[in-house]
Amino acid sequence: MEIPKSFLGYKRENGRAGTRNHVIILPVDDISNACAEAVANNIKGTIALPHSYGRLQFGADLELHFRTMIGTGKNPNVAAVIVIGIEPKWTKRIVDAIATTGKPVEGFSIEGVGDIDTIAKVSKKAQEFSMWASEKQREECPMSDLWISVKCGESDTTSGLASNPTVGNLMDKLEPLGVHLCFGETSELTGAETVCEKRGKTPEAQAKFKKTWNDYNDFILKEATDDLSESQPTAGNIAGGLTTIEEKAFGNFQKIGGCQFIDVLEPAEEPTKGAGLYFMDTSSAAAECVTLQAAGGFNIHLFPTGQGNIIGNPIEPVIKLTANPLTAKTMSEHIDVDVSKILSREMNLSQAGDELIKSTLRVANGRLTCAEALGHKEFVMTKLYRSA
Amino acid sequence: MSNTDIIIHDEKDNVGVVVIEKITPEQDCNCWIMENDKSVSIQSKDEIPLGHKIAMADLNEGDTILKYGHDIGKVVKNIKKGEHVHVHNVKTKKW
Repeated sequence: MEIPKSFLGYKRENGRAGTRNHVIILPVDDISNACAEAVANNIKGTIALPHSYGRLQFGADLELHFRTMIGTGKNPNVAAVIVIGIEPKWTKRIVDAIATTGKPVEGFSIEGVGDIDTIAKVSKKAQEFSMWASEKQREECPMSDLWISVKCGESDTTSGLASNPTVGNLMDKLEPLGVHLCFGETSELTGAETVCEKRGKTPEAQAKFKKTWNDYNDFILKEATDDLSESQPTAGNIAGGLTTIEEKAFGNFQKIGGCQFIDVLEPAEEPTKGAGLYFMDTSSAAAECVTLQAAGGFNIHLFPTGQGNIIGNPIEPVIKLTANPLTAKTMSEHIDVDVSKILSREMNLSQAGDELIKSTLRVANGRLTCAEALGHKEFVMTKLYRSA
Repeated sequence: MSNTDIIIHDEKDNVGVVVIEKITPEQDCNCWIMENDKSVSIQSKDEIPLGHKIAMADLNEGDTILKYGHDIGKVVKNIKKGEHVHVHNVKTKKW
């Protein structure tokens, strides 16, 4: 198949392109959720992104909170942003960082005003942003404007046999076109960590990966009370035939095809070394991982599943594929791309990769994913440790 | 090409994955090795569902399970060729 050279996206002020055109109402902290949700309810064409944290965090955990908030606002799938926090200082820090993209952004704080007047004030600004964004048109954008993140979930052995290698095939075909790519799931590379380390393109990238994996593994060993046999692999993984974390890891690893990673990113860190594959240090929990990748600036996500994970994200469309014929049948409303014919050998990997490229472009051009149509908007902050 | 019941990733692997809804005891199964496109056959001893593994050789306690050509865990209970391989007879070497 000849790979298309462009897709239809929303060009942003900073030169990036979005596959979506969201106006988001972003609460800085848990207690500002009510305001954000009230505004999104008042003003059509906006979405609130409620979450559970943002107060009394400190150190690296607080920095990650800011990075996730700011990165979410900067993501090119977002046209304009309203930030609401309980107090002005942290709100302003987030607003100022998002403003560097050139997109419309405005912050509000609730203290000394109260919810009701804040909601009225914010709603007026949100209406202005929503109507402004509604006039944005899709334009032709080069493939290199695609930033594709990947993460698998509710995996089973069909993931390692077929759906993850299908993603790997897509990576092999799109990497030469200057696409940014990202995989994560530090804990789920356990068992394959030395093989993965060797995929670093430079000694620096390899060393950075090794340190990242070792740190995560040390943390798991410190906190674990058993062999994690009910968490990694999960009960769903085991039902699907996966026996050990090592088996899951080698299946997971198939997602990067033959690509080498050029750098290792902190959670929610934006890549700065140009096009190519990046590894991001993330949890393997689906919603946490995709939230971090979206905050890193990725604008379309590929999610292979075996037993049927149903995750979505509010700003980054999540495309699901499965090679499990039972899942494709019993959970068809969640599956965008069915590659189960690989198992019956009626389809080869390259054909499956082509199908996935076609579906990815349709979604990039505006087709809703299953998760979007079903209203999945999981926005989940990663928290590193207890608040003060 | 006959129907494939079991797929094996790598020629070195000592387990294969069932890719039909299930195989039944004493079923003669066709296995396809992805790495080199070879075919082999095996008779099953257990009922094994889709996605679960079958032993391609007799395996003893302490042996290493190879899949994708890599170490994915250790045998904790002897396994006969054709038997179901899963959490009851294989454990991680990590954590």
